[in-house]
Amino acid sequence: MISVKTSQKIAKTALWIAGFSTVAILMLVIGYVLFEGLHVVNWEFLTEKPRKMGSQGGIFPTIAATIYFTALTLLIATPIGVGAAIFLTEYTREGKVTRIIRFGTEALAGIPSIVFGLFGFAFFVILLEPITHGWSLISGALTGATMILPTLVRTSEEALKTVPASYREGSLALGATKWQTIVRVVLPSALPGIITGVILSIGRVIGETAALMLTLGGSLRLPESVFDPARTMSMHLYLVAMEVGTKEATEKAFGTATVLIITIFIINTVANQIMKRFIAKSS
Amino acid sequence: MDYKVKEKVYEKILLFSAFISVITVILIGGFIFTEGLPLIKKVGVIDFLLGKEWYPTKDIFGILPMIVGTFAVTFGALILGVPLGVATAIFLAEFAPPRVSKFIRPAVELLAGIPSVVYGLFGMVIVNELLMHIERTYLVNILRPEYQRGYSVLSASIILAIMILPTVINISEDAIRSVPQEYKEASLALGATDWQTIYKVTIPAASSGIIAAVVLGMGRALGETMAVIMVAGNTVAIPDSIFAPVRTLTGNIAIEMGYAAGDHVKALFATGIVLFLIIMLLNAVASFLGKRGVSQS
Repeated sequence: MISVKTSQKIAKTALWIAGFSTVAILMLVIGYVLFEGLHVVNWEFLTEKPRKMGSQGGIFPTIAATIYFTALTLLIATPIGVGAAIFLTEYTREGKVTRIIRFGTEALAGIPSIVFGLFGFAFFVILLEPITHGWSLISGALTGATMILPTLVRTSEEALKTVPASYREGSLALGATKWQTIVRVVLPSALPGIITGVILSIGRVIGETAALMLTLGGSLRLPESVFDPARTMSMHLYLVAMEVGTKEATEKAFGTATVLIITIFIINTVANQIMKRFIAKSS
Repeated sequence: MDYKVKEKVYEKILLFSAFISVITVILIGGFIFTEGLPLIKKVGVIDFLLGKEWYPTKDIFGILPMIVGTFAVTFGALILGVPLGVATAIFLAEFAPPRVSKFIRPAVELLAGIPSVVYGLFGMVIVNELLMHIERTYLVNILRPEYQRGYSVLSASIILAIMILPTVINISEDAIRSVPQEYKEASLALGATDWQTIYKVTIPAASSGIIAAVVLGMGRALGETMAVIMVAGNTVAIPDSIFAPVRTLTGNIAIEMGYAAGDHVKALFATGIVLFLIIMLLNAVASFLGKRGVSQS
C-alpha cells in the first residue's frame, strides 16, 4: 500500500510532467517546422512566382491570394457578426428568439469545414455561378465568412457585455436615441474587444483549407478580381506536399509552413496586446 | 425620415444579421440533403451505410470502411489526447504557479492556432517516417508490406490527439475552475490532501464539464480533414490493425471531389450527410452535458 504522502507526490509529479509535455509537443512541432523551413524563406521565396507546380521558385501569388481572401472574408463577416452581437446584447432579453439564434450559432461552430466546402460548392460555385463565376475568391470568401461567423458573434457579444450599463443610461438620459447610443457610446468602448475577435478570426481564415479546396479553385495565377480563382498559402502547402511530393517540393512546403506559423504567431501576439490594454482600461 | 422609423429599420437589419447563422445552418442542411439524399435512396440506406465496397466508376457506393475509419482514428485520438489534456487542465487549474501557467497558456493558444495543413506536414515527415522506421525494424515479419509505410490509423490518431489538446484543455480547465471553492475547503478541512481532494471531490464535481470537453474534442477529430488525409494513407478498406492505412469520411470527400462527376458527386454529398448527422448528434450531447454542468454548480 502506498502512503497518502507518496501518492500525492506521484500525482503531483505526473501533473507537472503533463503540463510540460503539452508545451514540449508544441515546441517539437514548431521547432521542427522552423528548422526545416527557415532556411527556405528569403526575399526571393516571398516575392517570386512558383515554378514547376511549386517545387521551385517562390510563393508570392499565394501570399497575395491569402491577403485578398482574408480581407474579403472579414469584410463580409464582420458587419454581420457584430450586427448579430448588437442585436443579442442590446435589443433582446433571453427568450425564444435568442435561443434559436444561439442554437444556430452553436450548430454552425460545430460543422466540419469540409461540409462547409460541400455547401459552398453547391450554393456559391454551382447555383450562383452567373454571379460568382464559379470557383473564385468571392465563392471562397462567402463560404469562409459563414465559417467564422460564430467566433465573431461570440467575441463581439462578450466585448459589448463589458460596456457598463451606466454609459448607456447616461447617453439615453441626455436624449440620444437607442441607435445613437449604440453607435456613439457602446461600440466605441467595445471596439478593442471586437477588434481582438476579428484578429483571432484572421488566424482561422488563414489556416482554412478543406472548404477552400471545393470553392476557391486553386489557380496559381495572381487573381485580378474577386471573380478569379485563387490559391492561399495553406492550400499551396497541401498541394505541393501531397500532389507534387518530391524532395524539393517538401522543402518548399516547409518554407510555406514557416511563413504560416510566423503569421499566426504575430496575429496571436497582436490580439493579446490589444486585449491586455482593453482589460487594463476597463477595470 | 422620422427617427422612429429609422430606429425600427436598424433594429430589423440587426435582427436579420442575427438570423444569418440560423439561415446558414438550414441552407447547409438543405443543400447537402437535396444533393445527397437521392443517391442514398437509389443505392439503399443499408447498402450505402454498410457496404464495404467503394468503386465510384462502377457505381458501387458503400461507405462502411470510411465510417469505421473515422471512428478508429477518432477513438485513437481520444485515447492518446484526453489523458494528457485533462491532466494538463488539472495542472493549470490546481497546481501550476502563475509563472508556469503564464508560459503554458500561450503555448496552448498557439497550438490551437496552427493550421491543420502544418500538422499534416509535420505528421507526414516526422511521425510517419518514425513509424515506418519502427515498422521496418521491429515489426517487419509481423506486418504485411502495405502496413509498413507509416501511413496508418496510429499516425492519424497521434496527429489528431495533438490537435484536440487545446479544446480538451480549455474546456476541462473551465469546468474544474467552476467547482465551488467550498467543496474543496470542506474536503481539506476534513484532513484530505490536495490530491485526494482533486480526485475525490473536484474531478467528480467537474465531471460533466470534462465529458463535454471530451465530446467537443471528439467533434473536432471527427471533422478534421486536411491533416488526416496527409498522414492516413487513404486506402478504402476496413482497418484491421493500428498500422493499417485508413480513409475517413472527411477524407473521402476532400480527395475525390476534385475529379468526381455525376452520381459520384452525389455520393460524396451523401457522405457529407452522414458526417453532418454524426456531428449534430454529438453537438446535442455536448450542449446537454454543458447545461447539466451549469445547473449543478
